[in-house]
Amino acid sequence: MSEPDATTQRSAAQSVADVLLRRREQVAQRWAELPLFRTVFTVTRDEAVEAGQSVVDALAVVASSGRPGDLEASGFDPVRVQIGRMSASRSRAGVSVGQVAAEVAALKDAVVDLLKAELEQEPAEIRHEAVLFASELLATLRLVTLETMLDDGQEIIVRQRQQLLEGATPVIKLWEGIVAVPLIGTLDSARSQVVMESLLEAIVAQQAKVVILDITGVSTVDTLVAQHLMKTVASARLMGAECIVSGIRPAIAQTIVQLGIDLGSVITRSSLADALAMALHRIGLRVHSAPDSPPVAGPAAL
Amino acid sequence: MSTPVDETVRLRIGSDADLSAVRLQVRAKAQAAGFGLVQQTKLVTAASELARNTLVHGGGGEMEMSEVAQAGVHGIKLAFTDSGPGIADVEQALADGYTSGNGLGMGLGGARRLVHHFDIDTRSQGTTVTIVSWATTPVDPRAVLR
Repeated sequence: MSEPDATTQRSAAQSVADVLLRRREQVAQRWAELPLFRTVFTVTRDEAVEAGQSVVDALAVVASSGRPGDLEASGFDPVRVQIGRMSASRSRAGVSVGQVAAEVAALKDAVVDLLKAELEQEPAEIRHEAVLFASELLATLRLVTLETMLDDGQEIIVRQRQQLLEGATPVIKLWEGIVAVPLIGTLDSARSQVVMESLLEAIVAQQAKVVILDITGVSTVDTLVAQHLMKTVASARLMGAECIVSGIRPAIAQTIVQLGIDLGSVITRSSLADALAMALHRIGLRVHSAPDSPPVAGPAAL
Repeated sequence: MSTPVDETVRLRIGSDADLSAVRLQVRAKAQAAGFGLVQQTKLVTAASELARNTLVHGGGGEMEMSEVAQAGVHGIKLAFTDSGPGIADVEQALADGYTSGNGLGMGLGGARRLVHHFDIDTRSQGTTVTIVSWATTPVDPRAVLR
């Protein structure tokens, strides 16, 4: 096939834009029947038609710009939010990205049918060129939709990562002067920075004398995690608080020893209960069972 | 030498998130191969060290994971490959306390102590560290080293 010359291409762009504007209503009516619009705009059909019309308008603007493959075309801007809402609504309904892409692809038939009918009188070459142009235009619409969906997913990931960083490091006041930080998951550099900051702030705010770092929920203690722990302990010490690392499981203990990490400078306890007992002792408190109540199971008497 | 019993899994190591994936996958594999909790923890920790070396010193690379079997005992073989500058002095790198960055300097030597078999192949175009760990400690450790 020979390359179409610039004039043919321009006139293809123009005729597609013209047909889209002239038959806007019909295209939107046909689209309103398709799953993409029908399932999103469930209240009234008019709503679906109206949404369809704004997408047709956008396509017409992009078509007349003559660059049907331009993902960034400003013509798409007015409908980006709407496309985002539609695709978000579809993914909430459990439809996969691929299925949504297929639903957008299904919009093409209506446009191509109307285009062929409208351009019946035109030479075959122009008609062919126009159909090609419209196909590319709708393929771009599909990409714009996918991009919107991926952007949304990316946004959720970034937001959740932030929430994880902040949410997973609560500093809990266990007693006057005693705070605990239950560490959960992976203690990477970013996490340990957040832990360190919130802990140091809590030491000031709570006037804590003893800090318990509980690593029961940390699945792997390698040299980097150990280093982060030691740095946290050292900085808490600089603030005048004593640190106890608790929640060291048997497997972790063996691993730390074989790895060759020297935690000798850090006070450690196997359970949080033991650490609390020790912390109470450090601030000069003792736990007694009340003489008139039955003894309860708990950490060994100090 | 041990024989592979299933397909090799390849994991890319290019970010901190990939390190988490390495730990998760190795743990799952070790559980499936019948590793006890201590052996699992040791292998996962060694994998975490080596994967981080691949990322930090090798500029990223990949890990190959396969299950191996020898005399009815199941094991896991992990190979970490990068295309970084290589390790100039392997003996020094394995020595405790030696670090080229600002780590503790225990990673490489520590990882070697955590597994049954440890091998480094390093040249100027890159480094491959291969480790093997068995579900149960072999009776004759020399049989494994061969």
